[in-house]
Amino acid sequence: MSRKFRELLRSPVAWPLAGLLLLVLVNVLINPAFLRVTLLDGHLFGVPVDILNEGARPLVLALGMTLVIATGGIDLSVGSVMAMAGAVAAVLLAGGHSLAAALAGAVAVGLAGGLLNGLLVARAGIQPIVATLVLMVAGRGIAQLVTGGDVTLIRHAGFAFIGNGYLAGLPFAAVLAVVLYAGAHLLLRRTAAGLFLESVGDNPVASRFAGLPVAGVTLLAYLGAGACASLAGIMAAANIQAADPYRMGENAELDAIFAVVVGGTALTGGRFLLAGSFVGALFLQTLAQTMYQLGVPPAVAPVPKALLILAVCLLQSDRTRGWLGGLFRRSPA
Amino acid sequence: MSPALHRRLPLLATAAVLVGLYASGGLLYDGFLSGRVALNLLADNAALGLTAVGLTLVIFSGGIDLSVGAVVGFTSIFTATLVERHGVHPALAAAAALAVGGALGAGMGALIHWFRQPPFLITLAGMFLMRGGAYWISTESVGLTHPLYNRLAAYELPLGGRLGLPVTSLVLLAALALGGIIAHYTRFGRNLLALGGSESSALLMGVPLAGTRIAVYALSSLAATVAGLVLALYTGSGNPTFGLGLELDAIAVVVIGGTLLRGGRGHLLGTLLGLLVFGVIQTALTFDGRLSAQWGRIIVGALLLAFILVQRLLHERLGRRRDPIHTV
Repeated sequence: MSRKFRELLRSPVAWPLAGLLLLVLVNVLINPAFLRVTLLDGHLFGVPVDILNEGARPLVLALGMTLVIATGGIDLSVGSVMAMAGAVAAVLLAGGHSLAAALAGAVAVGLAGGLLNGLLVARAGIQPIVATLVLMVAGRGIAQLVTGGDVTLIRHAGFAFIGNGYLAGLPFAAVLAVVLYAGAHLLLRRTAAGLFLESVGDNPVASRFAGLPVAGVTLLAYLGAGACASLAGIMAAANIQAADPYRMGENAELDAIFAVVVGGTALTGGRFLLAGSFVGALFLQTLAQTMYQLGVPPAVAPVPKALLILAVCLLQSDRTRGWLGGLFRRSPA
Repeated sequence: MSPALHRRLPLLATAAVLVGLYASGGLLYDGFLSGRVALNLLADNAALGLTAVGLTLVIFSGGIDLSVGAVVGFTSIFTATLVERHGVHPALAAAAALAVGGALGAGMGALIHWFRQPPFLITLAGMFLMRGGAYWISTESVGLTHPLYNRLAAYELPLGGRLGLPVTSLVLLAALALGGIIAHYTRFGRNLLALGGSESSALLMGVPLAGTRIAVYALSSLAATVAGLVLALYTGSGNPTFGLGLELDAIAVVVIGGTLLRGGRGHLLGTLLGLLVFGVIQTALTFDGRLSAQWGRIIVGALLLAFILVQRLLHERLGRRRDPIHTV
């Protein structure tokens, strides 16, 4: 076994990655054409491309959620922010405003939401679950108010491109998500910014004594989550070419949190894995696709998801690790 | 200000908000102050109130239970299918639902305690499990036609005049009383608050942590199961979509009732007041008719924000006065 491989095995991303590969293997056994990708009219088609395309929104949400969870927080409002951003973009476009104005408006909504959450957590010192619950409850009402309680249709070719367009044969939404992850990686891991996030999540008091602007770093994390959520809202609205203030982003916060946890980032904060969240979100999307392939009705799909959460939680708990470790020690190597 | 009064300030604030909302409703709309409207506050929000009672206990212990809404939906469709499709007696079906609910809660509590997992994640899994299970049983609504349901739905405890309390309200009042006794007049209730205040202190005081935690999650799931039974009775049907998002409303009710989400401080009376605040807002919106239903969520969100900020201020003051060690 080469040293590189050993290092990969020890890396925290190895487990979610192994899970993803296992899931892909199961799919290939069920449906041998699972991995087939064809080129048609200069666009790539196939199940993996679908997964990337459909997974773009959870990917972007998981990115923002990773930042917040790294600081030891959580953001329950991302689903509602998605609905608000989608609604604002739709209404601006319907009102004859330009694409740029609509996008700017939607992102501004996300940043405003992130600002509210961040101020409540960082300045007022309110528990993240409670602080973001406010916007989660109120945000959907605001989204419904913005569209007047209707599902607003969007007819704009440029806007639709964000959700359904292709760039160099690849779905534009997926490319956007990958670019965002790469950007976040450069920003956080090639500078000290990522370390600041982890330090704040690990021990805010010590971070403050070390001279870190704890409140500012926390605020930035929530702003990032808000911006990501608004982007996901734009993508969702562009994908179906409509803004549905009732259903858009429903349970999206739970999926995003789950993707981050599957990816090996602990909810206690102080450590984050961007690559893990990326793999985690893809894993969830592949699981959804698998359910679809197996003919499981979409309504029942939460059951395997629940079992998966339990499995991941138990695998990550110290008690189970102790048991497993004991097993390995006793068995002759 | 005496410490006792200071501690009850969130409760008094909620009561003041309730009186203010109720009085302004009475000034704005004709017939708002009638006895029928007041009684409907209880009947219309019975399921919410029942889940909120269970959730209050969990929050006292410093935990959270996101699965309650899904348990409500599961219970309604589970019992409706058993009764209508398989000819099981409603009482037996209710007992089976309670067994499932209790087992789910105890299981979640056990995972949370022994595997040291965040309650948020474990109860999230419980939520997915129950909601998926509900859809598994049936994706469509099942109407209840058993004569026992009709008899129960028609019964009202006469209160004089033409007013009466339906069974759903009676169950809610009984649960509130029972919850109040458990929370504030038993050793178990004190253990809950001790656990929510500080787990390590509770352990040193000899509080049985495992038993307390498992029991409180079981109680919460049982309360949600009863809420599902009550909702099935109230609507005359079982539906897998019942209780969607109910957990959020229940958390909002508990927080508006002055219970600290951090755990360790609160009063079940506050949950009743929070429920009434929630109910008065919804009733005012239906009376008005001009304001769309969306405003309900926004007003509840705004109230939630106001209350957590007030709580935060009070908590800071209390913290500084009471335990100087913990103010770092």
